[in-house]
Amino acid sequence: MQMNRRSFLQAGVGSAAALAGPTFLPRAAFAADTIDVGVLFSLTGGLSIVEKSLHDATMMAISEINASGGVMGKQVRAIEEDGASDPKTYNEKASKLVIENKLPTVFGSYTSASRKAVLPVFEKRNSMYFYPTYYEGYECSRNVVYTGAVPNQQLSNFVPWIIEKLGKKKFFIVGSDYIYPREMAKVVKILLEKHGATYVGDEYLELGHSEWGSMVNKIKNSGCDVVLSNVVGDSVVAFYREYKNQGLTMDKLPICATVTSEIEIAAMGPEYAVGSYTSFPYFMAIDTPENKSFIERYRAFVKDPKAVTHHAMCSAYFQVFLWKQAVEKAKDTSPNAVREAVRDQSFLSPGGEVKVSAENLHTWLTPRIAQWGADGQGKIVDAYPGPIYPLPYVAYGETEQNPFCTPKGLDVKKLKG
Amino acid sequence: MVDVILIGLSLGSILLLIALGLAITYGAMGVINMAHGDLVMVGAYTTVMAGIWLHLGFLASIPLAFVVTAAIGLAIEKLIVRHLYGRLLDTLLATWGVAILLQQAVRLEFGASFFGRHVEGLGSGLQKVDVPTWMTGSARLLGTDVNLYRTFIIGVTLILAAVTWFIMYRLPIGTQVRAIMRNPKMAAACGIDVERVNAMTFAYGSGLAGVAGVMMSGFKTVFPDMGTPLVVDGFLVVVVGGVGSLFGAVAASGLLGQINGVVAAATNDTLARAVIFAVVIAIIVLKPRGLFSYKGR
Repeated sequence: MQMNRRSFLQAGVGSAAALAGPTFLPRAAFAADTIDVGVLFSLTGGLSIVEKSLHDATMMAISEINASGGVMGKQVRAIEEDGASDPKTYNEKASKLVIENKLPTVFGSYTSASRKAVLPVFEKRNSMYFYPTYYEGYECSRNVVYTGAVPNQQLSNFVPWIIEKLGKKKFFIVGSDYIYPREMAKVVKILLEKHGATYVGDEYLELGHSEWGSMVNKIKNSGCDVVLSNVVGDSVVAFYREYKNQGLTMDKLPICATVTSEIEIAAMGPEYAVGSYTSFPYFMAIDTPENKSFIERYRAFVKDPKAVTHHAMCSAYFQVFLWKQAVEKAKDTSPNAVREAVRDQSFLSPGGEVKVSAENLHTWLTPRIAQWGADGQGKIVDAYPGPIYPLPYVAYGETEQNPFCTPKGLDVKKLKG
Repeated sequence: MVDVILIGLSLGSILLLIALGLAITYGAMGVINMAHGDLVMVGAYTTVMAGIWLHLGFLASIPLAFVVTAAIGLAIEKLIVRHLYGRLLDTLLATWGVAILLQQAVRLEFGASFFGRHVEGLGSGLQKVDVPTWMTGSARLLGTDVNLYRTFIIGVTLILAAVTWFIMYRLPIGTQVRAIMRNPKMAAACGIDVERVNAMTFAYGSGLAGVAGVMMSGFKTVFPDMGTPLVVDGFLVVVVGGVGSLFGAVAASGLLGQINGVVAAATNDTLARAVIFAVVIAIIVLKPRGLFSYKGR
């Protein structure tokens, strides 16, 4: 136990490279014919709808890797656990995977709450965690590989684009009441100021709230000319439906969203979202052979010809391959080896080229903006020419030239400044 | 101001829609039916399934959902609740168990998933219901945009409340229900078939939950866990209105809906929710039996 604490502290300070890690190395993973990894998503509870798709994408990647010969000639075996949409359960299951199963690598989590709940387990025991969801940034852990978008990869092109291309000046920022929407709003406000626009409202609704009468009415009377939505989950559906039902139209007052993906559009009915916009690095509509084949393979894998793919799911898929490449490069599955080898790993994902940043273990991704059509698919209306650098601390002034998060850890002095 | 009042009215009508069934099962029968929210969920799924399997429209699903949930309610009464009359807390536990069973049954697709079969419309995925186009959007009335779907919900709720009132206060069966409420033993002694009346009352209350489910499916997504938060709102209304009082349920849902609408318009929804609970606490402290309740015998 003391050993652990010490190693954890060293990791936090970032002074020692050689940790107590080897003591805890999963000998089983070397000895057996298989390489074991953890897969931890919610298969039950309120979040299971989205997390099941992330779980399926992860399992699909594993089965594809196995079909093509595995990793270093060994088959990958997934130890699956259910986070049950509950951070406490997430923590328990992560502890089980890391301590009991001695797994060096786990893929999992959708919400920030569940990631924060498992983080101490991975940091204390020095295991690696691959996290596929777009999130609010403001985190710098040497035990997590972040493969979803951070705020600058969703907003740095989106907000200026809304102002310039749509000619909108007055924003209404609306979100669910927790850390992701609030951090996103912070970044939005910085960008608004930089580009000479303003916001007339900044409101939050309880997570899972589905009674939008008052809020939509408020938006209607606020004098805004565009709505920036960071609303999450089931609330998204009720929001868009109420929006249309109160007579607001996307051509006059478009919703520009950072969370509304194919999965939410399918759930609400495309007619409610027609004409609205979303910013993500991956859309189902990306017109490349890789993506077409990915969608087909996924639909066959889950035996549902109407299944939709979305951003976090795409990350859940390609991050397994990033891990595979790292293991093969290092010829070692241990956490320390994976961490070092995964830096600068790149992969041709369904959404195009992705690369793990050597600095902060976040992923270079290509920001894209799509406008939703009547078929429930986004039409990509704007995209960066290539992947951009992930800045988890962009709301606090982080730039590519001045990174806050480095292999040595977070530079706290910069954060305060 | 008119728009705020309209929003309050629609919030109130949704509250009443959920509470109406509870007002009967809890108010009239003394059963804390924790499965009520999940019966709402079943009603919503009935709408989804009716659309996929029977190609029934939204409106045609209303009677179907009523029948389906009433049948489930009848089964719950016959199998479980029947043995627990007069044991208020035990009904809470038992029906909570039923609630979990219903949720898991939908999530596991009645066990069909064990055989690798997928029932379209069931399962843990989000489902949607298409509302007829004439019901979406809004119409201009009294200088404000009136939300058509909300107006429809208000209309349906008023009709249901009126029908329930008629059954309870104008039909012989209603007289029997009220007699059982006051004193089941005396009612039985007077020749009322208490078991039969109770079963029918419970089935009717459950059927109302099913109709609420159809209405909810028009503006929310349908998923297995959707019912749980609804049951809290339902009990708020029933307790504030006064147990066993139909008029109380109508008044309480109207009051709470308006408070919610006004506070949310003035500040925000989170605070509105807090104010609602503060008001509810104040009311049950000052009037422990609710706003409108029977005078004690």
